Amino acid sequence: MSSHPAAVVRPPAPPGPVRWLKKNLFSPWYNTVLTVLAATFLFFVLKGVFTWVCFRANWTPVTHSLRLFAAGQYPPEQLWRVGIILWMISFLFGLSGRVWRGTFMVFARGLAIALGALALIPLNLSLLGIGARLWLLANPALVFVGYHVGHTRVGKGRWVLLGWGLSFVLMILLLTGLPAIPWLPPVESGLWGGLLLTFLLAVVGIAASFPIGVLLALGRRSTLPVVKGFCIVFIETIRGVPLVTILFMFSIILPLFLPENVRVDRVLRAMMAMTVFASAYMAENVRGGLQAIPRGQIEAAKALGLNGFQTTLLIVLPQALRMVIPAIVGQFIALFMDTTLAYIVGLTELLTVARAVLQSNSEWLLLDMEVFLFIAAIFWVFTYSMSYASRRLEMALGVGKR
Amino acid sequence: MEQNDHVQVIPRASIPLWRDERVLKGVAQVVSAALVIASLTFFAHNVLRAAEARGLGLGYDFLSQSAGMPLGESVIPYDPADSYARAFLVGILNTLKVAVVGIVLATVVGTVTAVARLSTNWLVSKIASVYIEIIRNVPLLVQLFVWYFAVYQQLPPVRESIQLPGPIFLSQRGLYLPAPVAGPTFALWAATVGVAAILAVILHTVLLRYQLRTGRTTRPTLIAGLLLVSIPLAAWFLVGQQPLTWDLPVANRFNFRGGLQLTPEYAAMLTGLVVYTGAFIAEVVRAGILAVSRGQFEAARALGLKDLQILRLVVFPQAMRVIIPPLISQYLNLTKNSSLAVAIGYLDLFYVGRTIINQAGQAVPVFVMVMATYLLMSLVTSLFLNIYNRRIQLVEH
Repeated sequence: MSSHPAAVVRPPAPPGPVRWLKKNLFSPWYNTVLTVLAATFLFFVLKGVFTWVCFRANWTPVTHSLRLFAAGQYPPEQLWRVGIILWMISFLFGLSGRVWRGTFMVFARGLAIALGALALIPLNLSLLGIGARLWLLANPALVFVGYHVGHTRVGKGRWVLLGWGLSFVLMILLLTGLPAIPWLPPVESGLWGGLLLTFLLAVVGIAASFPIGVLLALGRRSTLPVVKGFCIVFIETIRGVPLVTILFMFSIILPLFLPENVRVDRVLRAMMAMTVFASAYMAENVRGGLQAIPRGQIEAAKALGLNGFQTTLLIVLPQALRMVIPAIVGQFIALFMDTTLAYIVGLTELLTVARAVLQSNSEWLLLDMEVFLFIAAIFWVFTYSMSYASRRLEMALGVGKR
Repeated sequence: MEQNDHVQVIPRASIPLWRDERVLKGVAQVVSAALVIASLTFFAHNVLRAAEARGLGLGYDFLSQSAGMPLGESVIPYDPADSYARAFLVGILNTLKVAVVGIVLATVVGTVTAVARLSTNWLVSKIASVYIEIIRNVPLLVQLFVWYFAVYQQLPPVRESIQLPGPIFLSQRGLYLPAPVAGPTFALWAATVGVAAILAVILHTVLLRYQLRTGRTTRPTLIAGLLLVSIPLAAWFLVGQQPLTWDLPVANRFNFRGGLQLTPEYAAMLTGLVVYTGAFIAEVVRAGILAVSRGQFEAARALGLKDLQILRLVVFPQAMRVIIPPLISQYLNLTKNSSLAVAIGYLDLFYVGRTIINQAGQAVPVFVMVMATYLLMSLVTSLFLNIYNRRIQLVEH
């Protein structure tokens, strides 16, 4: 065979463009018809969208209210706090990108590019001032700095985790302010809004629901019938009703359930509702991970003399939780989109801001399409990039670790 | 003596109480039950005190009182003088109206999109995946706002309404469609259709048995289908008057007369839910079809089945098994998501419940009713589909 070069079996040559077109668009006769129909449809849709976006639509309500969409009524002279929080996040993502790589690197790169692009966006300077642009431009730099700090001794998973935890507390402090510090006056939570509030609700919801969800999942698999019963009733009730009812319950009914002298802030009530809602779904995700742990692991732990508590904490949970990371990212994305429901209980999240903007100027009253499509675009960019990163993460976990 | 030492057993009583697993488990249960009961008592106590202080009722007596609130959209006749219970029922039926129609349409949209996405035609498949990726990554409430505020609210007034073939009219007042109206002979015709359906099922079974016994092709589906079409068609002309006529909407100066009216709120809810859930169902269906291994296609082809037969007899039954469980949860999601209607003013269960709370001040009891109704809907839906699921799973052997 080898003496006869012509007989060597070669992989088929990559199809040329004509072959590709023929195979994928025109192969049996009905595919040609379909292609023509689809192309006509696409042409008219794209033409319509293009002329509308570029010529007919009036984007002034969006471009004139960027600050409102970003942070709601947060006092403009205090916005530097939000800027600092953004810096902290950029730095931490850079650091985590170096230490944990994978998803975090994707996020860090995305964050740097997105914020850099936002800083250079060709808009009138009166809409997005020089100061704000410089502030935004510092973010890619901080991602870079964080990445290189990751090379040093600080670059250990433990330290980075500690950094995230500490800075989370710091971020909340920065947002709320402290009455004792004159340059950090308290900012009422009613003034938080826009994208800031959306992120806050989602992050607090997922972070707080994590421990509760783990406990519920363990409780549901418990051998104690009473504990198991309570957990099942809680999880199934929450999963059986819409989020709107839970939000509404916390905003209207919770005050009735508490002693008269206890007053819970409105934003905090919404956060509690998101947490309760998310914890039921978190419990089911974690339970999926727990069920995937082979019994041999538990038996081996028993044989080594670990007690039940140690077995759960040191053997079962670490393995189970690693398995459910992709599911938790998926849940975060869903929760991020669900924060829009805070509109129904009157929080100033993105949709509330959008409606307020539309009503703020009589010339903008009929520009709903522009404003709501802008909101849709914001959500799409965030959720699509997060789900892209999560798919990468799933692949990384599936191939690398097991 | 030595042997005796050897046999000596540790007395049972030496396990201290705080290390005895049975005791510990019992204590844990008692403690957790006590905790739950204590917190429930605490909440109940507070509710009672708050109710007393604010003069709120906690009973269900108010349900029989006259609601005195107008509801613009109702399946059953409703008058503001009717009771709160009837107003609540109107809410439940409105939720069911949007959920049931939405489920049917979303299934159609989802299936078509899934097939388009799996198509060998590159352009068609790309269009389908762009639709899915856009819709799945934008919150439903934002989409509902686009449909309601930016589309249905900005339609022209009645006099300049857009006419689509049908005739279907689009205007600020909503969507006007032709409505089917039953004639005097409708009952007779419907009975004939029923009989034809029963006959078709019997014929199908008999022919299939015969085919299985003898191996001779009898085309059971084709023959039963022909029967199912031909009898009603013949009956349509034989019963005399047309059993069904179309009531067409006719434009008036200020409004339409006749036809079936869909309010803008209902139309926006339905469009939003169908477009949103359709994208999710498309992914479910696609995963189901992809789950059927290639070997199954090849084996079926080797047995000499035709393309359509392969789909109907080999791919479809196997795909259904993978599709049904996630489809159940999509249907439940759609039903629960219909509660977003409150944001655009469609009078669903949650909206009516909230209005009753505002009006009658009975927050806790109404709230319990609303939650219980949603829970019941979830349980009933999953029960039905689980039964169906079990049935098709058994076919496997």
